[in-house]
This record gives sequence, C-alpha cells and structure tokens, in this order.
Amino acid sequence: MSVEHHSHGNGHGHSQEGHGHHELSFWRKYVFSVDHKVIGIQYGVTALVFLFFGFTLMMLMRWQLAYPGQPLPVIGKLLGETAMPGGVMAPEFYNQLGAMHGTIMVFLGVVPLAVGGFGNFVVPLQIGAPDMAFPRLNMASYWVFLPGCILMILSFLAPGGAAQSGWTSYPPLSDIAPTGQTLWLLSMVLIITSSLLGSINFIVTIVQLRAKGLSYWRLPFFVHAQLVTAFLLLLAFPPLEAASLLQLMDRVAGTSFFLPSGLVISGEQLKVAGGGNPLLWQHLFWFLAHPEVYVLILPAMGIVAEVIANNTRKPIWGYRLLVYSVVFLGFMSFVVWAHHMFMTGMGTTMSTFFQTTTMIISIPSVVILTCFIMSLYGGNIRFTAPMLFATAFLPMFAIGGLTGLPLGLTASDIYLHDTFYVIGHFHYVVAPGTLFALFAGVYYWYPKATGKRMNEALGKVHFWLSFVCMQFIFMPMFFQGMAGLSRRLYDPTVYAHGRGVQALNVVISLGAWGLGLSQIPFIVNFFMSLKSGVRVAENPWNATTLEWAAPSPPGHGNFLTEPVVYREPYEYSVPGKATDYSPQFQAEG
Amino acid sequence: MSETAIPWMVKPHPVTGIPNGKFGIWLFLASEVMLFGALFSSYVLIRTAAPHWPPGTDQLSSEILNVPLGTFNTAVLITSSITMVLAWASCKMGNLSRFKMWMGATVLLAVVFLVVKYFEYADKFHHDHFPSHDNFFAIYFVLTGLHGLHIVGGIIVNTYLLTAGSKMWNTDPEHFTNRVENAGLYWHFVDLVWIFLFPSLYLL
Amino acid sequence: MDEKIYGWWLPPDVSVHGAKIDQLMSVLHWFMALLFVGWGIFFVYCLIKFRARPGHAALYAPVKAVATKYIEGFVVVIEVFLLFGLSTPVWLAYKNDVPDQAKAVHVRVVGEQFAWNFHYPGKDGKFGKADASLISGDNPLGVDPEDPPGKDDIVTVNQFHVPVGKPVVVEVSSKDVIHSFNIPVLRVKQDTIPGQQIPIWFQATKPGHFELACAQLCGLGHYRMRADVLIDTPEDFAKWQAENAPPPPEAPAAAAPEEKK
Repeated sequence: MSVEHHSHGNGHGHSQEGHGHHELSFWRKYVFSVDHKVIGIQYGVTALVFLFFGFTLMMLMRWQLAYPGQPLPVIGKLLGETAMPGGVMAPEFYNQLGAMHGTIMVFLGVVPLAVGGFGNFVVPLQIGAPDMAFPRLNMASYWVFLPGCILMILSFLAPGGAAQSGWTSYPPLSDIAPTGQTLWLLSMVLIITSSLLGSINFIVTIVQLRAKGLSYWRLPFFVHAQLVTAFLLLLAFPPLEAASLLQLMDRVAGTSFFLPSGLVISGEQLKVAGGGNPLLWQHLFWFLAHPEVYVLILPAMGIVAEVIANNTRKPIWGYRLLVYSVVFLGFMSFVVWAHHMFMTGMGTTMSTFFQTTTMIISIPSVVILTCFIMSLYGGNIRFTAPMLFATAFLPMFAIGGLTGLPLGLTASDIYLHDTFYVIGHFHYVVAPGTLFALFAGVYYWYPKATGKRMNEALGKVHFWLSFVCMQFIFMPMFFQGMAGLSRRLYDPTVYAHGRGVQALNVVISLGAWGLGLSQIPFIVNFFMSLKSGVRVAENPWNATTLEWAAPSPPGHGNFLTEPVVYREPYEYSVPGKATDYSPQFQAEG
Repeated sequence: MSETAIPWMVKPHPVTGIPNGKFGIWLFLASEVMLFGALFSSYVLIRTAAPHWPPGTDQLSSEILNVPLGTFNTAVLITSSITMVLAWASCKMGNLSRFKMWMGATVLLAVVFLVVKYFEYADKFHHDHFPSHDNFFAIYFVLTGLHGLHIVGGIIVNTYLLTAGSKMWNTDPEHFTNRVENAGLYWHFVDLVWIFLFPSLYLL
Repeated sequence: MDEKIYGWWLPPDVSVHGAKIDQLMSVLHWFMALLFVGWGIFFVYCLIKFRARPGHAALYAPVKAVATKYIEGFVVVIEVFLLFGLSTPVWLAYKNDVPDQAKAVHVRVVGEQFAWNFHYPGKDGKFGKADASLISGDNPLGVDPEDPPGKDDIVTVNQFHVPVGKPVVVEVSSKDVIHSFNIPVLRVKQDTIPGQQIPIWFQATKPGHFELACAQLCGLGHYRMRADVLIDTPEDFAKWQAENAPPPPEAPAAAAPEEKK
C-alpha cells in the first residue's frame, strides 16, 4: 500500500532557516522516514495487519470451543499435523493461539495503532508542530518495534510452538515452557524498548512544541489523553522489562527467580537452586499490565472526544473535568495492580487496600463517561460513520466498566476470577470500546492522511455489522462466567457447568466469524478510497482543531504558515457567527 | 537527517527553561529509575523471603564478593563522573581540546571499571559460581550485569562524542555542549545506580 | 451427578458463606443494571432529541447539570457500601474465620500437571511427612511409609470426599506450576502456588456430587484437570474413610490405596 505524499504547497513549515529541498530517495521517504506522518502510517498499517492476524487466531480457537474435538474443514489440514492432528486442534496449539491472541492484540495491535499510529500522526498536527521533538528517535522506535513483531510471529515456528502460558506468562509454567516463550520474552524486550523511546518523544513534543497561543487548557482532549498515556508507558513498562529479563535468566541461565525449591515436574525433581517466588513475576507483570489497560483506553477516549465534539457541533461538556479526571486516572492506575491477584493467597490488609483503590479508580471513569454522554445533550448530531463508532463506544464502555465492579470486589471475585466473566468484561472495554474508537479515528482522520474521504455507506455497513456481532460474541460470556466456566479451557465440555453453557459457545463463535466477515467492507473501503475516494480539501469535517489547518495530506513541516491558536479547541455553534464552527487557528473574523 | 527544523532543539524553551534533549534525557532517566527500581525491589523481596542470606552458605556477602575491588570501582566511577563534568565545563568554556582530554579520561575510567568487573566475574565463574548457583549470585549477576550494559552504552555514546560526534563543535558548539551535558546526566545516573548497588550487594 | 442444576447463571450454592457472595452478586448486578439503564435512557433520548435536522442548531452554552453531581455522589455512596458493607465482611470472614482445628476436617490438596491429589490425615488426625524423593506412580505425594503418623493417611487422586455440615480446612499447594482450587458450588477458589501452603475453609450445606475445576492455566492438560467433589453425609463419609484407610501395620506396603467411588 502506498500513500501518496503530495506536498500541497511547499510545506516549508515555520522553520526559521530556509533549508534546501533535496529530493529524498524512496527509502528515505517511505521506509526509513523521520516524518511523523509516515511513521504514524507505518505504525497504523502494521498494527491493523496484526489486529486482523490476532483476530484470525481467535477465529480458529472459536471452532474448537464451539465444536470441541471436531476437525476443522480445509484449514485444519493446512496447519499441519503438530498443531492440528487429523484436522483437530491440539490442546497445546489452542494454548498457543490463546497466549498469542492476547499478546498480539494488546502489544502489536491496539497500542501501536492508538499511540504509534494515531498519536504519531495527529499529535504534532493538533499542537501545530512541524514534527515530533525527536524525529530520528521516532524512526528508531518503529524500527525496533517491527523486528519485535516479526520475532513474535516467527515464534510459532519454534520447536514446541509459540508462547502458550497466556499473555500473562505466569511462572513456573512459563519458566518450563518450550522455546517459543523465550522468543516471546525477547520480542517483548524489543517492543517495550520501542514504546519507551516513543513515550519520551510524545511528552517532550507536547510540552515543548505547542504553537503560539496553545496553552494547556486549549489543547484538544486527544492530546491530554496521549500525554497521560505517554507517562503511563514511560513509567509502567520498565518493571515488565525487568521481569522479562528475570524470566529470561530463569529459562536460559538456570536461575530461580520465580522457582521455589522442591518443584516436581512430571515426577522428576527440577534441578534448580530454588528459593524464588512465582508471585514476584505477578507483581512485576501487573505493575505494568494494569496501567497498560489504561493505555488501551485513554487514546480511545481522546478520539471519542474529538469525533463527538465535531459531530454534535458543540463544545465537549466538562472539558476541564475530563482533563482532571484523566490525570487522576493516570495516577491511580499505578496503585491498583494487585486486584488481578486477589486469589493468590493475599492477606486481608493488602487486599483491602487494593479493593479500595480499585473502587476509587472507577470514579474518574464514571465521570469521563458522564461528560461524554452529557456532550450529546443540546447537540446537532450528525451520524457520520466516525460518529456511529464514537457514539457506540459510550454504552459499550459502560458495560465493560460496570462489569469491572464485581471483579474489583474480592468477595465476588472469589467466584468470578479467571472465569469467562473476566473475558467479557475486558473485551467489552477493548473491542466494542477501544477498537470502535480506533475505527472512528480511521474514518475521521483518513481524509487528512490521504486527501480522500472514505465511502460513508460502506462505513455504516461496517459499523452496524460489527456492532451486532460484538454483542453476540461478548454478552453471552457474562452468562458463561456466572455459570462458573473457567477461561483458557481447550474443552469446556469436560465440566457439567461447562456443558450447561455450551450452546452459548456456538452463538459466540458464529458471532466471531461474523465479525471477521464484517471487516470486509472496511478493508474494501480502505483500499478503494485510496484509489478512487472523493478528494477533499483541508477541513472536510468543518472541524476546529489545528490538524484541519494543514493540507490534506500535509507536506513536510505540516503547515503552510506558522499556526497560531486564538481560542479553545471545540468552539462549535458559537452564537452570532456565520458558520457553526470557529477553528482554533482562524483569527477573529 | 531531519528535514524540518524543530524548535527548542538547542535554545531552552521559554517556559520549561530547558531544550528538548535535556527534557528527553530526564524522562529517560525516570524510566531507568523504574527499571532498576523494579530489580532492586525484586532483590529486597527475594532476600527478605530467604531463610538466611546468602542462601546455601555460611559466608557473608562481603566474604563472597570482593569488597576491595568493589570499593576501587566505586572510586573509579565517582572520579569518572567528575571528569565528565569537567568535560562539559570545558565545552561551556569553549575549549575543545580540554573537552577531549576530560572525555577521554571518562571513557578510560569506564573501561577500567569494566576490566575490574571482568576479573570479578571470571573469578566467580572459575569457582563454578554462575547465576544458577543460587539467588544471591542470580541477583548479583543480573543487577551488575544490567548495570554493566549501561556502562557499555555510556562508553559508546561518550566515545562517539569524543570522535565523530565532536565535528558538530565546528558548526553548532552550543548544540554539541547540550549533547555533552545530556550524556553527562546519563553518566551520573549510571554512577548513582552503582552507588546503590555496591553497598546493597557487597556490604549488607 | 445432576446436570440439570447447571444453567446460564449461578449454580446452586451449597456452602455456608455462599449466600452472602450470591447476595453481593445480586446487589451488584441490580446496581449495574440501574446505572446502565439510567444512562442508556438519557443517551438514547439525546441521540433522538438532538439529531441534526433542518432548522435545528446546537446549544453552545454548557447545560448546567446539577443532577450529574447527585448521580456521581450516589455512585460513590453505593460503592462505599458495596466495598465496606458487603464485600469486606464476606472477604474477612472467608480469610480469617478459619474454623477451630479440633472441629474441622483437614485435607491437604496438592495440584499437579494434570491431577488433584488429596491427602487426609486419617484417624490419628496427623499428616505423615512427605518427601519429594519418595514420589512415585502410586505415591503421588511422596508420603513417607516409615513415618508413624503417615501410616493411616489416605491419599486420593481426583476424588475429594468431604462431610456435609462440618467445617473443612483445606491447605492447598502445588507440585509444579500454579493451579487453582476451584469448586463453583461451594463458592471457593484459591490459587495453588508451588512452595506455599495456603489455607482456605468451607462448610457444605447439602450432600451431592459436584466438580472441582482447575482455574489457572497450567499447561496443555489444564482443561481436563477435573476432580469429583463428593459431599457425603456423615455416615457415608465415615464409611468412605474406613474403606479407604490403609491396611493395619502388618502389611508391608506403604502407599494408601484409592478406591474410585
């Protein structure tokens, strides 16, 4: 896929010295580019590919769950006798698909799209900067990310298969797992490093490179969300990097960081020094992984704010409250991690502390959701394709967030921990939540990135099909969880309580395959519009934020003249004005 | 090479008072604090849970590890931080040859540190004390090993500034001085980590 | 085993502390439904009332919403109640009120890839020493045959017998990786961490045949790490104990035989 980079106007940007424009080679322009827009598109496209790949892994798993022990027609033979003997999925392959689905969706899909893709492309434009603060570091972060992804995918070919201990990689299981787990750890080190480099770039850019007149209280909410996200990534990822190092040492150098003494594996005593603690991994892992889930949701909330303001034609309700909430959320996200560990034998003091912080952190989420819903009130709502996705985000995030309550309270978590209720909870937040917001972002900013608009009708079809399928997939999971069905089970029908909800597995699987098919209109639309989409000018949505001052697509340096900001970010329907939008970058007129 | 000129790359930002690079390095150091902090926390948890420490022997840490060598290395690193500051000061005072002398000294001292570590490690391996021996050696090798990798990283950066990188002095001395300062901040951090490592591993 | 009791919601509760957990679940879900329906109605109302149409314009001025402050306050109050009024007391009782040693039945549960081992102390009430080096096919826990208290111990695999109406204290552990001791009808769950013995307790209220399902991914056999849970009447439990007790000391064999019931 090639992105046409027409420089409408010379795009000298507001650089002080007139630098000479020597033509860059194809490699420097499209591959090893330091331009945030190219890098953003690289991240975005890579992430979309991995989202589809990660989803395909799940579509395979859903066959086994709907029809346990049945051979998978056609595809079963293609995957080989190790993974699918006689076309029937092997339990270890099921576990590989599970671990890799989670890992790929989170680390190779959602975050790279939300932060690497949208963050990189939109943030410098929205703050009126010519690029990120460190363009070469930006390029480096993508080119550390991609090898990490490739290594992760290649791990399927390792002897014994890919990682198969869950995306959570709990030892001792992960310590004794086949080679694929080592490759998983090495990939994670690369991906984490890439993320750290990126987060430094975002923070410095947002603080130092804002245009004249763009004070913090005039920033689009999307930028606030990305700033908090960058801090979460910066500070929360290193402990996982440390933990990965320790697990690598356990696996490769024979240490016992996570291995207690006296382990007996398949009748044989494990010959290690012992003295380690499996819970050490869990603490280090969840110290990252909890803030990580806020990394998954914050950019999505940012996108929703932009799209809602634009399509309601009025300012976001409670802008300052939103900013305070998102900052508070960021801080709180560091002190809730052990709510993932309530069942590990934790004492009552620690568990009461984490329950309390978990209840507290639900408050800013409730506030944010309320502000968004209030933003609809009094609007003049246009149901464009991006708006459909952004609007649907609200009740979907509500379901996801609300179902977190029984999980965050220890007494109910006794029953619900590690059941399908958990899977329903987090998928509602990430799938019809974040993913919908990301789709909204694609439809919304595609014209800016390509100079063409996507087809509205196909967008609406994509939305409705996806929305319906999502409900069929994830709503039944709450019932499966309430029935007591554990997660990560290759064959749920082993248990009576599993057999009791097996019919729902067929519904869910059909929904999942339907969701897969529902992406076809999107993929077709994406490529078709590149070729023959309607051409647009700078501001096809009649929006107010700075990125809409630049040409579509922007050239080097982004803006034709140095942007200056005159007002708040969402000045829509200001009384007495000729149009229903007063862009930030337009002088009084 | 950057096509577009980025504001505040060299001059300090009017509100934050620092150029982009300095801000960036401080953020990087914050993440490094979290990285080494996680490892230190792991050390604390492993050690307090162990029936006695070091496990599996009656010896004390200070008897297993070489305290004189560790002390020497501490002095080496502290001195290298001083020479690093002097290197930066030479840049501020416009003296490139002085800069090269002090930066050279910094790199040399860093190499001395690594050589001493090499002997320490070799001695441990000679006695069959690998990381797998027990958790004392495991955490010792991981902490000092990761620290050592950071020293290597510093050597690479500082050597670059000493050689090819110093060409920037001719076109943009202020930018070059900023780079030296940023490298210095990183170097002081690496020194500081050792100052925590040495007593907690060797002495306590 | 009665399949009909398993449907799309909570299975029957046969434990003493389960009622409070189920009550919390119920209150929670009503609260969640209330919030969702409340928000949802307002949400749909806005989408319809404020849709774009000819002649319609948006309101620039922010609407003064006093109601939202009350709603937020209400949410906070309910959450505090849920936390300190409902969840914490149940949790504290579950964790702290471990029944008196003398009155309870003690069992040691050791998970392994991929089976559940249950170690009963026998008539003397004392557990025999166990050593990893003694582990073999018919001695999965390595119970020392020479150790006197261990001579009357019973070890079963995937068969968990408990008497109804008596507190049962279970110390869970693992031989290899983290498993999770999970009996849905008893509303108990506890991760089994190798290297640790973690006590939990429960008291069954109704006899019956139920299931234990490992609830922590433990490898390729995780899905089939199932044990039968047999809540016996006191008479049946005594009978089971007598039938499964190891033969008296003249027999040289050490390992406890297990009978699949």
